[in-house]
Amino acid sequence: MNIDSIQNGFVIDHITAGKGMEIYRLLELSKLNCMVALITNAHSVKMGRKDIIKIGSNIELDTDILGYVDPNITVTIIRDGKVTEKKNLALPEELEGVLRCRNPRCICSTEQELPQIFRLADRENRIYRCIYCDSTF
Amino acid sequence: MTNKFGIESVLSILDLSVEEIDELVATAEDIIANPQKYAHRCEGKKLATLFFEPSTRTRLSFESAMYELGGNVIGFSSADSCSASKGESVADTSKVISCYADIIAMRHPKEGAPMVAALNATIPVINAGDGGHNHPTQTLADLLTIKLEKGRFDHLNIGMCGDLKFGRTVHSLIDAMSRYEGVSFTLISPEELKVPDYVRNAMIRKGIPFVETTDLESSMPTLDILYMTRVQKERFFNEEDYLRLKDSYILTAEKLDNAKQNMSVLHPLPRVNEISVAVDDDPRACYFKQVRNGKYMRMALILKLLGV
Repeated sequence: MNIDSIQNGFVIDHITAGKGMEIYRLLELSKLNCMVALITNAHSVKMGRKDIIKIGSNIELDTDILGYVDPNITVTIIRDGKVTEKKNLALPEELEGVLRCRNPRCICSTEQELPQIFRLADRENRIYRCIYCDSTF
Repeated sequence: MTNKFGIESVLSILDLSVEEIDELVATAEDIIANPQKYAHRCEGKKLATLFFEPSTRTRLSFESAMYELGGNVIGFSSADSCSASKGESVADTSKVISCYADIIAMRHPKEGAPMVAALNATIPVINAGDGGHNHPTQTLADLLTIKLEKGRFDHLNIGMCGDLKFGRTVHSLIDAMSRYEGVSFTLISPEELKVPDYVRNAMIRKGIPFVETTDLESSMPTLDILYMTRVQKERFFNEEDYLRLKDSYILTAEKLDNAKQNMSVLHPLPRVNEISVAVDDDPRACYFKQVRNGKYMRMALILKLLGV
């Protein structure tokens, strides 16, 4: 399978197989006008199978979402056909607009315009805490 | 916490360092010894008590505290009597009140509401209780009582009894006392009302010794402090669960026979029937002293946050 190389944009690589579509959805890539390729179950020496997303535009890429969904992801930034940066992602310290607090007693359950902000509470167990009510997710 | 305007608020007991708590305790002790010295410190200042949920003790304690500092009080005592009933957000309410008052004390049934207020207000916000979450000034009252009764914060075995799941004062006191050396906890509750995972996990992470039990009597001889709590009807979605659990633990004068002679019984009040009235005459009963101590600590906190 051949997909054109990109001149300007991103390659989101080493996505755990099966998570590519979730990332596609969370990044709202369907709304872009540029070329976007989602490759699932690509062969990987390291991972066996992996998903890859290629985006042919210099969009504002929310690496917090990527780091939360799959901290093993690498993001390669391409400018004028050349790799300018390769980022290894980690779990972000703070997440805004990614998780929703499910605590019915939390203020954000009644004031729904409040930003949904979570802070990393336990990196090892991937636990985030709602900044308002301290509920963990 | 400090917001984007550089305004310091107290939302959780952990917003105060051990040193700041020592400073507040010292101020409160000085207020007790020299009340006249503080009688005019807040002249010209206004405290807004924003109580979206009914409360007698906490609201009157804040109001007494401000009056005894020479300040004034404005506010409301239920959500029905403010613009929240018209749909105003907590953020907007706090911005509006910032134009009228110098400091806010907020109680709200929703967890995190005082955090929203503190993020938006241009004056300090004190959390006066948010749902089952935090109640830092009750913890300050508990801490002053422990200091005055025991003379120290370290090397104490603290028994917590009753509703440890929804009891915000329990969570805040565990947070506060976990910072002192040699403190251990005996957590006495029905299975359904055990401390939440995040409280338990925090103790494990910090290496704080604790035991969880359903048996009050057998725990009694080991305790330096017994912190009784009420099973709170308003925290239950299901009345059947409340009725089944409400009488789980009742402290009687007979049960105190097995306790240390210098054990202190604390309770954040209001009491329903979890401490029998006969216990009130026991010198170990400290819960009414705790009420007075709460006022002194609120005075100390208002002084600190207003910088006067």
